[in-house]
Amino acid sequence: MKIHEYQAKQLLASYGAPIPLGDVADTPAEVLKVWNRIGKGRVAVKAQIHAGGRGKGGGIKLAETEDEVLSSAKKIIGMNLVTHQTGPEGIKVRKVLVEEALEVKSEFYAGITLDRSSRSPVLMVSKFGGMEIEEVAAREPDSIVKMKIHPLSGLFQFQARELGYRLGLRGKPLQSAVRIFTAISKLFVEKDASLIEINPLFHLKDDRIVAGDAKIGFDDSALYKHEDIEALRDEFEEEPAEREARKANLSYVKLDGNIGCMVNGAGLAMATLDILKHFGGTPANFLDIGGGAKRERVKDALKIILTDKNVKAIFINIFGGIVRCDEVAHGVISAKKELGISVPITIRLTGTNEKEGRSMLESEGFATGVSLDEAAQKAVRSAA
Amino acid sequence: MSILVNSETRLLVQGITGSEGTYHSKRMLEYGTKIVAGVTPNKGGTNYLGIPVYNTVSEAVTETSANVSIIYVPAPFAADAILESAYAGIPLVVCITEGIPALEMMRVHASMPEGVRLIGPNCPGVITPSTKTKVGIMPGHIHLPGRVGVISRSGTLTYEIVKALTDAKLGQSTAIGIGGDPLPGTNFIDCLELFRNDDETDAVAIIGEIGGSDEEKAAEYVAKGYSKPVIGFIAGQSAPPGKRMGHAGAIISGGKGTAEEKKNAFRAAGIKVADLPSEVVPLLKESLR
Repeated sequence: MKIHEYQAKQLLASYGAPIPLGDVADTPAEVLKVWNRIGKGRVAVKAQIHAGGRGKGGGIKLAETEDEVLSSAKKIIGMNLVTHQTGPEGIKVRKVLVEEALEVKSEFYAGITLDRSSRSPVLMVSKFGGMEIEEVAAREPDSIVKMKIHPLSGLFQFQARELGYRLGLRGKPLQSAVRIFTAISKLFVEKDASLIEINPLFHLKDDRIVAGDAKIGFDDSALYKHEDIEALRDEFEEEPAEREARKANLSYVKLDGNIGCMVNGAGLAMATLDILKHFGGTPANFLDIGGGAKRERVKDALKIILTDKNVKAIFINIFGGIVRCDEVAHGVISAKKELGISVPITIRLTGTNEKEGRSMLESEGFATGVSLDEAAQKAVRSAA
Repeated sequence: MSILVNSETRLLVQGITGSEGTYHSKRMLEYGTKIVAGVTPNKGGTNYLGIPVYNTVSEAVTETSANVSIIYVPAPFAADAILESAYAGIPLVVCITEGIPALEMMRVHASMPEGVRLIGPNCPGVITPSTKTKVGIMPGHIHLPGRVGVISRSGTLTYEIVKALTDAKLGQSTAIGIGGDPLPGTNFIDCLELFRNDDETDAVAIIGEIGGSDEEKAAEYVAKGYSKPVIGFIAGQSAPPGKRMGHAGAIISGGKGTAEEKKNAFRAAGIKVADLPSEVVPLLKESLR
């Protein structure tokens, strides 16, 4: 789960990491109030959406006077912000962060991710802040300094100091950097984060070190432990079908094709999309209904697939194994009737009683297939 | 002699009285697995499905000499269950549970005693058809004793390949689901090494997917010289970057972990790559000829 910059900064501040003075607002009038409250100086008005590249898309503006602040707020709030991460349709901006604009000496990068090979979180810093870390890795790989965070002991002070030294810091700014690295490591481990990025991390002209931006993602599997984090979820940022799927406990990812897919098992679901593509089709979604194929879940899944108006055909692939195929067939037939589904459905079922299942489906007008390849080709044709 | 599980396997089921534990214990017993003990805290001293239940794994091990454990307990308790088996001296722990937080798994790995092998979490388990030993949730009847080793990050996709091997009368020596999580206990290389030394395995099928770099590492390992033919399949060719495809570990992040990269790594290592699951068996047959 992702959260907004303003939420991430508040979390950072609660762990003792310095952030710029500012607050969130959702109307131009509120923006002005924040501006008044934080000293009527030069501010940045920053669109709050879950995507990067906001500045280039016109979602971040600097303002100094009341008129400028108001006009920036009016321009940004309600705009459809398109960045390289939003897709061409963009995201509607509902909130902005109004923040003091600081006098910056240099910009660093600091981030933590889960490193699969060392099986620990890794804190990375670089002198080259303000650009994406992937770009830094390609252009200035030697500038990236990595430090493993012990999953039980956390980041040691000597590690935090070393990272600070490697950024060229000494004295008071070194102390603040150590504080920030310690804070984000603690936050990461305590709140089960999956990603923290402070990019840029400002080194100010007055030698303070402050989080210029903040991006935090959390491990979905751990959200049950953190009600405070779950409460930060912004449902407007979720694809509506993905939101419904999450609530129904189904794993769904929207894609841009026209064949709605329902499969049991994530690996098989991925392979099913690949097979459709191989035969010239375009999948509309990834959807895993889990190991079994219970009736209610089948219905929920079909409902979610159909919220996508691009869906011209549906392909269901169930590897039953121990699931009884006649039961699955029965579930699909009744769901089709209850939901009044009019698009063609192709089903491939294997498992116990698969012949019975297939003949039940065929007599109800469904297309079926014995092999996955055969069924996938039928589904592709039905969507053409 | 197949790998990991066989006729010597004395299985302990953690969470035997839960609904998943009950269902799958029955299926494992039907298949022929020797289940010697169950563990559910506060239910010790009872008998369930004809199996003695203990409060702790250590007590169960002392009483029954269990040497493999399987975990069906819910995610919030699963990390602790893994460590309980490991500290009780069980050398092979199979964790079926999905949804264990990544940081908890990191703490588990950092706390694991030497010499304990963990398979999973979020996996279908391990099966050796020749000895009728199933330690997992896979449908037993689709398997056939044979000479192909199967290693996979997936569940139902593995069954798909397994069934094709069975239909083609090739069968399986042992099939291992290493799981769809980002931090599996056992990886492709570990399994490749075991199959290399197994005289009942003639060839290996690797079923990988997007995310991480375990497939690339397996490719490097095979490139150094592997005595048996290896066939690979990678799921997730059409997955968009940055999206988690069902499995916690199946995500392309920072442009890394794509199906294309993995397929290329396989090819460069001399691993034949199937573009469709249905191509795995023909490629295997060709290599075994």
